[in-house]
Order: sequence, then C-alpha cells, then structure tokens
Amino acid sequence: MNYIDSNLKVVGTRPIRPDGVDKVTGRAVFAADTRVSGMLWGKILRSPHAHARILSIDTSKAEKLHGVHAVVTAKDFPDIANEEAFVGEGPMNFRDLSYNVIARAKALYEGHAVAAVAATTQAIADEALALIDIKYEVLPFVIDVEEAMADNAPILHDDMFTGGVTPKPTKPSNIAKVLTFKKGDAEAGFKDAEVIVEGKYTTKPVHQGYIEPHACLATYAADGQITIHSSSQGHFMVRAYTAKLLGIDIANIRCTPAEIGGGFGGKTLIYLEPVAVALSRKSGKSVKMQMTREEVFRGSGPTSGAAIEIKIGAKKDGTIVAAREVLKFQAGAFAGSPIGPGCMCGFALYDLPNIEVIGYDVVSNRPKVAAYRAPGAPITSFAVESALDELAEKLGMDPLTLREKNAAKNGSKTHYGVTHANIGFEQVLAAVKTHPHWKSAVPAGQARGLACGFWFNIGGESSASVHVNEDGSVSAATGSPDIGGSRASMGMMVAEVLGVPVSRVRTTVADTASIGFTFLTGGSRVTFATGMAVTQAAEKVVDELKKRAAMIWEIPADAVEWKDGMAFPAGSNAGAFEPLDLTAIAAKAGRTGGPINAEVSVNAQGAGAGFGAHICDVSVDRETGHVTIERYTAVQDVGKAIHPSYVEGQIQGGAVQGIGWALNEEYIYNDKGQLENPGFLDYRCPVASDIPMIEAVLVEVPNPRHPFGARGVGEVPIVPPMAAIGNAIRRATGVEMHNLPMSPPKVRAALDAAGK
Amino acid sequence: MPKVIIASGGSCHQFTGGKTEFDVEATTFRQLVRELDKKYPGLGTQVEEGMAVAIDGEIFQDAYQVELKPGSEIVLIPKIGGG
Repeated sequence: MNYIDSNLKVVGTRPIRPDGVDKVTGRAVFAADTRVSGMLWGKILRSPHAHARILSIDTSKAEKLHGVHAVVTAKDFPDIANEEAFVGEGPMNFRDLSYNVIARAKALYEGHAVAAVAATTQAIADEALALIDIKYEVLPFVIDVEEAMADNAPILHDDMFTGGVTPKPTKPSNIAKVLTFKKGDAEAGFKDAEVIVEGKYTTKPVHQGYIEPHACLATYAADGQITIHSSSQGHFMVRAYTAKLLGIDIANIRCTPAEIGGGFGGKTLIYLEPVAVALSRKSGKSVKMQMTREEVFRGSGPTSGAAIEIKIGAKKDGTIVAAREVLKFQAGAFAGSPIGPGCMCGFALYDLPNIEVIGYDVVSNRPKVAAYRAPGAPITSFAVESALDELAEKLGMDPLTLREKNAAKNGSKTHYGVTHANIGFEQVLAAVKTHPHWKSAVPAGQARGLACGFWFNIGGESSASVHVNEDGSVSAATGSPDIGGSRASMGMMVAEVLGVPVSRVRTTVADTASIGFTFLTGGSRVTFATGMAVTQAAEKVVDELKKRAAMIWEIPADAVEWKDGMAFPAGSNAGAFEPLDLTAIAAKAGRTGGPINAEVSVNAQGAGAGFGAHICDVSVDRETGHVTIERYTAVQDVGKAIHPSYVEGQIQGGAVQGIGWALNEEYIYNDKGQLENPGFLDYRCPVASDIPMIEAVLVEVPNPRHPFGARGVGEVPIVPPMAAIGNAIRRATGVEMHNLPMSPPKVRAALDAAGK
Repeated sequence: MPKVIIASGGSCHQFTGGKTEFDVEATTFRQLVRELDKKYPGLGTQVEEGMAVAIDGEIFQDAYQVELKPGSEIVLIPKIGGG
C-alpha cells in the first residue's frame, strides 16, 4: 500500500527518541560494556613497519607467561582463495580480508596485526605481547597514491596485475584495476567548447572518526557453538565474514548487536571478531577485545586519499559540452577503494552530452580503506564542484545559475547508464535560490561558497517482524543496527499503519538467530529497505486483526475495515457492532487463533537517488590562515522525512564531517611510514565550538517506490562541504584551493605562494 | 533482442576482450546471466556476484525476476555499497 498522499498522523512528527534516555544516562550497553565471568582479555601485536617481510614469529615466551591462555598467529587461520565473493557489503576478496585481520608473509602497513594473545588481565596480555619475538626484513614502502603508481614503486603484492586493461599485464603493479566510463565523445565536445577550466586536486585519507572504538566479546563453546557480541553496522555481516574467515558454518555463530557509537561506513568490515573467536577456541574461555584509539587509527580503515585531474568545457552561455576526470584512489594495503562510485558520482548531478571518466584503484602501505559516508563521492565532487565554480567565474555567471542550467532532471541519462527518475535536484536548487541565506548579502569580510552533491542510495535485503502483545502494545524487531535513528523511524511506520500512538510500539534490533537475514546498515538503505519490510509486516498484522475482529463478530473478514487503530464493520450490511480496538482484539487472541504477528523479508529495489546543495559563508584570517565557518545551510531532497529531527541530524552530522575533511583532518606520516597523529588531539575533528548551527532544509520530493516516499539521507550531506568551503575560501582570498585539508598552515602557504 | 552495454571498462572487459556493446537473446535477467556465461565464459558469474545492472535506466543490484524487453538496454556497472 502507498501512503504518500495519505493524511499521516505519526510519520513526519518528532516523537522523543526511544534510545535517548539510555544514552544520556550512560545506561546504553555498548560492545565495550559487555562482560561475562571468567572472560579473558585479548590484545593484538601490530607491525611497527610500514612494509616488511615476516621472517619468523616466536611465541614461546609469551605462551609460558603466567595468566596467558592462548596465542594466535596466521597459522591459526585457514588459507582462503584469492577471489571475490559477495557476502554482506559489496564484493569482498576474503583472502585480502583474512590477510588484513592477521598478516601472513608480509606486514603491509604500520599497525597491521601479526599476532594476538588472550590473558586473564589486560596488563598480562600487554606483557605477553612484548614477549613475542618477530624477525622482520624491512622493505621499502610507499604511501602516496601517485608514487605508488610509479614504475619504480615498491610492489606490495607480487600477484597483483592491473585489471581492466588489455592485453593483461605481465608485470605486477600497485594499480589493482582501471575503470573507464564514457558517454558521447568528450574530445569532440572539448573542440566545441568556448571556455575550458582544468586543474589538479588532491584529497587526504580521512578516518570516519566514530567515537566508539571497535570492540567485541566472543565465546567458542565446547560444542562448537559461537556467540559474538560486537559493535558493527551489520551483525549478519559479522557472522558471515567471521564464518568465512574461520571456515565455520554460519549456523554455528550467533551475533548480538551492541549499541553502536558511530560507524559512518567504518564498521562495515571486521577486524577483531575472528581473532577473538580464534583465541576463545584455543583457550576454551570467552575473550573480550577492544581497540584503543591509537589502534583504531593505525589498524582500521580510513577512506581513500586521492589525486584528481579534471577538465570541463562549456559554451559562453554556460551550457557544459564536455567533461573529463581522472581519479586515482588509494585503496590502502589491499585492493578495493571506492573508485567505482567515485567515477560515477561527480557528474551524475548534471545533464552533460560528453563525459569521460577514468579511475585507478591503487594499493599502498596504509590500512585497508573502509567505506565512509557516500564512499568516493566527496572526493570526486570536491574536484567537480570546485572546477564548476571556477567555470562560473570565468563565464561571469552566478554559480547557482550555472548549476541550474546544467542540472540533471527526470529523464537525464548518466554516463554510467542510469536514467534519472523521480529525482529532486531542480527542487533543491530552487530551494537554495529562495533561501534567506542565499538571498542575503555576503557580510563584510566574508565570502560565500556553493556546492552540490549526489548519492545513489541503495535498497537490498531486510527482515522485520511485528508482534501484537497480549495487552495490545506492539513489539517490532528488525535486523538493522540502529545508527541513524532507525528504531524511531521503524516504530513510527508501524504505528502509522496500525493506527496506534508511537508510544505503544517498542522497536528492537534482533540478533542473527531471531530475525531473517538483513544486509548491513549502510548505503542509506535502512529507512528505505527495512522500512519497506516493517511496513509490510504491519500491514499483514492489520489483515490478521481484521480476521480476528470478523471472527468475534461472526462476519466475513472482507466485511471489516481498519481505521485509526480499530476494526469497524465495513458498512451497514456488515452488521451493527461497536468498533474493536487493538487492545480488545489482542485480549482475545488466544481464543481467535493464537498470537498475532508477522515477519516479512524483502529485497528492496528502487531506492531514490539523493541530491543536496550546501551554502557556506567563511572568513579567513590572512595572518594565520585559519578559516572560520560563519554560516552554513544544507538543502537536501529527503523524499519524505519520517522523523524530521533525525533527518536534520543526519544532514548536520554529514556536513560537520565534511567540514573536518575540508579544514583539518589528515594522517601525518614520518619518514618510516609510521603514523604520527593517531589520536583526536592531533587528528583534528571539528568540535562544537568550531562550527556554527547548521541549518538543514528538507525538500520533500517523494520516492514513489517507498510506501511513505522515503529516500536515503545519511550520505549526501558529506559530499558538498569540501568544495563549498573551498569555493568560499577562493572567493575570500583570490587563491584557488585545490588541496585538502585547507588547514591554517596550508592556507597560509597558498597565500604566500600567490604573494597575498 | 536486449542490448548489453559495459559502462565501466573494469572487470568485464577481460571477459569480452574489450568489446563494450553486444546483443544477447534473453527475456529475463536470470536468462541473461546464463547467456552471458555462454557467450563470454565467466562474465555471467562476474555480473551476478560483483556487478549491479541498470535495466532501461533503473539500477538493480539483484534482478533475477526482472523481465527484459526486445529493445531493453542493460548496462553493467560496479556494485554500489555505501557507508
């Protein structure tokens, strides 16, 4: 059923969040809070070298230390074929994932796990790690993406031959694959252009910066049954990946999701869980592991750093006739950067006749990258949206007008084959045009930047159940970890369909043994896909409630209608009966056929793409190079905001992460390839005092493929900030800002170089 | 007959020897996967496990039941995840 044009009573309101009290009182149970009696503490020994051959590992002294119950190395993990498989989040090479969890012949980055111990206390575990004797042959390393692509670069993998080129190369390379996308004839388009801008841009790898470090508690029981409590974006993903890496049947693993303290894509992989299970198997005891903040930075995945070359050509009236982009993405130690979406997203916002995009997926001696909010899109859009601003200036055109002139609309065909349908980019730009921020004069001493962003949004497999309890209250369960407020939005959709107050619905996240398979929380998919499952489950419950009312009234089920949480006779012919509410029907459930519940699994397709535009006013301290964000407005098509406060929170959070990426965040390495800023003091995420209130403007162009019109919202808002800020700085200083981060020393250096 | 277009010159080109457009006799996506494997061994599996498809302009990550029309355009693109 479609509720888009219905008179909604719950969806679109702002009830108090169901997890709020637990979180503000410190009662919420995160993975690090879980304990069982007799558990051991697991700790990981990590490589101090950026690139080194592991010649030998002697664990004998550690094993003899009193209080140590198990030591594991690569020998305790099975060999896995070098092939991609699709289990969980995107195609995954499980050999690479296994090698990332624990190094085999080589350590490929500083922080790469090489051994682990389980001991009765953390102090003993630390002492044991120091007793493990590892002989390394230190090898030359490479970190920068373009240096890794050079002919004479140290090679990370002797069996890596560049894919996507013909003929197949015979020499190994750090370039894992090359992607090309073409639409029309870019070369001919440039010949037709009257104005051309081109430039080179670089971005630094940045960490997702979740507050909660990775943590888990694993128990391998004597009968081979395994339980894992951990913090992740998908406990079904944890189950599948752990099973695959250890050669265990999925049915023997039960994963319980803990409350999660942020993920942003970084918890779509596993690091600790297989190690904890291996230590538990060896010791016969439960093993708890939790990373320190330093380990999170050294051992878990950031997103790619990149180098981008871009060229855009237009007619004098602003019509863009050709665009070309070359993207080089760091993948970290193993192939798999977000180069695909990077190639697809930058120009997806515009209706352009001729496009060529080439992308390189490049390994280097850094931690394997993990997804980060709209993976790949912020990087490509930094270049595209910055170049568009330069084009607007060269054309003498307002930057919003240039975007309006070339904006993708329904029916626009992208360079990757998709034809846009039911999109709201034009409505977003219209909302920018009429917004008081855009219409206001730029305050003296400040400058304004504008940039736009796109993300596909995805659907996929989700399961949900709805149970009517004996007293008429309702329990809903899904398999989606709640990262962005899904317990609230799921409960609201159930309440809307059942016609009951949302306070009567309690939503939980069920473990892997208690609900059907659910793909992880990522890709901005949960409100769309799991929302579809929970809505259908609630509709099935309504059908059942009507049948039960019909049974009580002794009339046919199709003579009953459901309205405002009550069963009514469908008309006068059906009989004259007082309406029965959910509580009354639930009270008789035992006598009318037993418990009333439904579980639905879907594979949702048709996630509507998301578009946003950000307006940013900055001031630049020319003496120090410090940039202050003075005012910030983020406009986004959200389809239908189920709970507008959460939607606004997603938009504000994405913008803040983009501001950090733009202005401060970067990994700083020494000359040995070792990270020098693995902590929040030196890796500078924005804090509340760094940013103004971010105004989120919700544009609602309903997605007809979702019962309430929802489309994903969590990823689009991290896409525009870097270019929006860079464009504002350029207008403030007259200096082009092509390299991230635009931190005070770099802004000052750019001003110096320009003689300003 | 539906037309298959390889939008990205990545992992699919190795199976087709660089060919980016061709026709395939199929009425469903499932049949298409089998026909791709017959025509270019390994390509069907690659598409099924590692790719998304855009059929007549709409992205499908899993599309067994989707019917193909005689003039359908099927574009093979990298699978899309998210953060």
